[in-house]
Amino acid sequence: MRIAMIILYLVLAPLLGGLLDGLDRRISARMQRRVGPPVLQPFYDVQKLFAKQRIVVTNSQTFLMITYLVLMVFTGCMFYSGADMLMCFFVLSTAGIFLYFAAVVTDSPYSYIGGQRELFQEMCCEPAVLLTGVGFYLLEDTFETAKIVQADRSAIVALPGFFAAFLFILTIKMRKSPFDESTSHHPHQELVKGVTTELGASNLALFQITEWYENILMLSVIALFIINKSPWSIPAAILVVLAAYFLEILIDNTSARMKSGKMLELSWAVTIAAAGVNLLILILVR
Amino acid sequence: MWWSIPFLIIFPMCIGALLYCIHVQKIRKGIAYIATPAIMAATIDLVVTYFRNGGSPVDLYVDVPVASHFITAGEIVLMIYVTIKCILAKKYWISVLSIVPTVMIVNMEAHLGELGGAHIRLDHLSLLMCLIVAFVGGLITIYAMGYMDGYHQHHTEVPERRHFFFMVVYVFIGAMFGFVLSSDLVWIDFFWETTSVCSFMLIGYTKTDEAVTNSFRALWMNLLGGTALAFGIVYFETSTGLSTLQGLVTASQQGGRAGAVAVMLMAFAALTKAAQLPFSTWLIGAMVAPTPSSALLHSATMVKAGIYILFRLAPAMAGTATGYFIAGIGGFTFFMTSIIAIGQVDAKKVLAYSTISNLGLMVACAGIGRPETIWAGVFLMMFHAISKSLMFQDVGATENCLHSRNLEDMHGLLYRLPKLAVFMFIGIAGMYLAPFGMLISKWSALRASVDSKNVMVILFIVFGSATTSFYWSKWLGKILSRTMHNDQVKDITKNNEMFSLTVHAVAMVALCALFPLVSATYVHPLLNETFGVYKDVLSSNILNMLVVLILVVFLVPFMAYASSKRLHTNMKLSYMNGINLGNDNTFTDSFGEPKKLHMANDYFTEKIGRHALMVPCQLAVTAVIVVMFCIVLGGVA
Amino acid sequence: MGKVKRSPWLLHYDASSCNGCDIEVLACMTPVYDVERFGVVNTADPMQADILLVTGGVNSQSAEVVKQLYDQMARPKVVVAVGICACTGGVFKDCYNINGGVDTVIPVDVYVPGCAARPESIIDGVVKAVQIFQERSDAHDKYVKEHGESERDLSDPDAAAREGNPADFFDAITKTSEGSRDKEAEKK
Repeated sequence: MRIAMIILYLVLAPLLGGLLDGLDRRISARMQRRVGPPVLQPFYDVQKLFAKQRIVVTNSQTFLMITYLVLMVFTGCMFYSGADMLMCFFVLSTAGIFLYFAAVVTDSPYSYIGGQRELFQEMCCEPAVLLTGVGFYLLEDTFETAKIVQADRSAIVALPGFFAAFLFILTIKMRKSPFDESTSHHPHQELVKGVTTELGASNLALFQITEWYENILMLSVIALFIINKSPWSIPAAILVVLAAYFLEILIDNTSARMKSGKMLELSWAVTIAAAGVNLLILILVR
Repeated sequence: MWWSIPFLIIFPMCIGALLYCIHVQKIRKGIAYIATPAIMAATIDLVVTYFRNGGSPVDLYVDVPVASHFITAGEIVLMIYVTIKCILAKKYWISVLSIVPTVMIVNMEAHLGELGGAHIRLDHLSLLMCLIVAFVGGLITIYAMGYMDGYHQHHTEVPERRHFFFMVVYVFIGAMFGFVLSSDLVWIDFFWETTSVCSFMLIGYTKTDEAVTNSFRALWMNLLGGTALAFGIVYFETSTGLSTLQGLVTASQQGGRAGAVAVMLMAFAALTKAAQLPFSTWLIGAMVAPTPSSALLHSATMVKAGIYILFRLAPAMAGTATGYFIAGIGGFTFFMTSIIAIGQVDAKKVLAYSTISNLGLMVACAGIGRPETIWAGVFLMMFHAISKSLMFQDVGATENCLHSRNLEDMHGLLYRLPKLAVFMFIGIAGMYLAPFGMLISKWSALRASVDSKNVMVILFIVFGSATTSFYWSKWLGKILSRTMHNDQVKDITKNNEMFSLTVHAVAMVALCALFPLVSATYVHPLLNETFGVYKDVLSSNILNMLVVLILVVFLVPFMAYASSKRLHTNMKLSYMNGINLGNDNTFTDSFGEPKKLHMANDYFTEKIGRHALMVPCQLAVTAVIVVMFCIVLGGVA
Repeated sequence: MGKVKRSPWLLHYDASSCNGCDIEVLACMTPVYDVERFGVVNTADPMQADILLVTGGVNSQSAEVVKQLYDQMARPKVVVAVGICACTGGVFKDCYNINGGVDTVIPVDVYVPGCAARPESIIDGVVKAVQIFQERSDAHDKYVKEHGESERDLSDPDAAAREGNPADFFDAITKTSEGSRDKEAEKK
């Protein structure tokens, strides 16, 4: 069962991630009254990037990007194999460090500053991500996702604050406006392409694929809030995930970028106000 | 059979006295190279003997009046030394902090006489501390032999007092052994005061105005803790007639006011020693001392003394008001000082703040006082001791090569001083990256704090862990950044320094790999002794995952490197809007002139610098401590 | 390997244009023309771009920049000169401060005339460029199949000079600083 889940994740995550990415671009275009690219556009892009000549600014970039991808995939596999969620999040942040390394190892101005901002974003997200794990533990007495999905009730009933905090930092994790500090999906920003500035051809393709895996992992955490032992919770979870994704697209298209200091204040304030208060109540009640 | 116990305490002190008399560096080195291995060998002998005897706690030296007289005499000598120093420096009030506790203790001794009970107790925790002191501390002494030569070459303005320096270092090590092996409260107090005075001497080594000011700050803060300790001891012994630490823990577990008050006072003393807020400033000030002494104070020994005593008291603190406050203060220190660390440019300052921060986490673990948190705390202590000692020595060696310990000057260190940079990498990675034990400890601490329903500590750990990874990653990135600067630096690190560094690095990686084994064979019995219950902290699921994790995180980068090595790549210039001048570190400026590019990290100095945050934090925690005193002394809890 | 023509990413550079053509290039991205329909992305980063759009004639200041941007693009790559200035220098052709069209510095594949070039003709130009891009990509694939590696850039004059630099991570670890210093000395 666990192995099947891992294989499913390995195969389906990039497909779904790419598809969602394509839908994202399409919906964004529609929000801007454009037609937009085909839904499969992200796959065309990645295919092209692999076909191009391999370029680097420094050779270390390639192996750092591969490590980033593999660790991210490993994190997802851990999550889907039903392993310990908190440990999973720790590995996730270690994976993120490798992207930072790949950015700063070039010593190029744009990617260096992008890397700094990437770290900053990590710092904004991490409390909420870790607290999510804590919330599940408090509720189900386990960090293991395999046991959490067997719960009697959906976790969101008891953990609405944690859900809100996670949804908030999802914007940061997905690098969406107003928190697309480190790199942006939109052209023309002050940092060119931020962390990805010096990534060309296959290295950029690796980045794209990693992002798909990461997005699917993040959305899976959203789904975990909904799923319980009833099979009906699965379609419900999918609906919630899609709604969350749509919300992210909407926010992305309707907000201007925020300063990083503001991002820190906001994300931490939301984490405390939503997840922290929920935690307090939960501990008092139990 | 237990010859190594008196040996470990007395031998280093004798060596210290011997080194004080010798002014030839070569002979000093010869003595140190013999003495340090002898100390290590004696420690190993102690460990072997302990496990040959069944590996269960041993109480020794029940009736030793002569030794006790020596200890009392020692206390008086210390008091006289401190008083003279204070009077010479015109800081009269500090001497009060030494006179009052000493008089109280001596007075009590005179009235109560020998209460009976073991003076020395050997168990897993004290053995672990012995190992840390002997090996980490011992390696630091070896490192110091090389380092101090280079130090005096660069700092010609500092008077040459190496004989004094090495004396203090060895006396210090002896006192640490005495401290962790003692069970008798008066003995503990004596060795405690000795380490305080030693740190005072080490910090003031350079005799500059700054050093003297900082050394007195360290002195009064530590003596304040010592005073609290003495008050606790005297109060406890006079009201219960017990004289051992174990007696204290048992007494307060059974309830009773004397125990609770004594535990609170001792925990307060531990806060000063472990440099928790509001007493953190002495450890920062200690940075003016030569690197080996910072390493000694920070990593291996001095600050661990505070943690050690808290671990001892942990069962007594669990679930009490004292425990709750101590955990809160520890958690708060963990979070706030890690924020302050982000704003530091000086490598040693970053290390100092991260030390305080990590100690805060250990204090929080001890304050919660559950087996899982002590498990986490013990591992934090091990990893922290090795990695901090490694880092301090590495930064010291780097400073000798670069003539700077500014983080910005470490740009591209990996390509300029590869060996030192790799050691630095291992040291930092050990502090926070995934497969290393620090993270597992954090995992366990977080879980246990959820179990104990301590919301404050949960939040502090969660936020503090985010800020911690921020400043460490920033530093790592700095080392890795490719550099095109041609200023190749000569690696002037001496062989004895390199030896110490290598051993530390190997130990770090080995501890990471052997982590589950150490947990099962050593830390579980330790918990068993402390709590009397055996609880498996790591489930087999977690263990299996850890093994996979270690493999993945170590192997993936190497495999990725091996596979990408064969790829044919085309090197491009880095993107600078097309005005890169062809070597990635110069560009054409708006006047058409070449301009050098310099990438620097952001330190947010004006927002989160030391000055903006430290004082408010100190005030807040002082208020909390006052409340703790009121509650516990008032007998509410 | 596959159809790269579905994903042409643009890099737009203003060599010395009056901004007339630039506005029109950007107009192509707006809802009216929406070139993203064809998978076009305006990347602003040469490392990620396939098609270089240059507007305006080249002068002594921008010549080096155009060359460098072109160098930084990965093969296969296509250049489009947008507007008459970029094609030939336009009305500034004989000015003392203009070198001429873009083709005085780098090889140009598609010329889009006009002052300013109209969005429709820019799109036409890009569509032509996309076909060239596909052809080059096919040729590139063939080359890779035959040689096992992609073509080496001869245009990067500094690549050889930088090769001995310890810019690589593991190289630096395996090499002692002693060794790399020797290398430096040898070079001198």
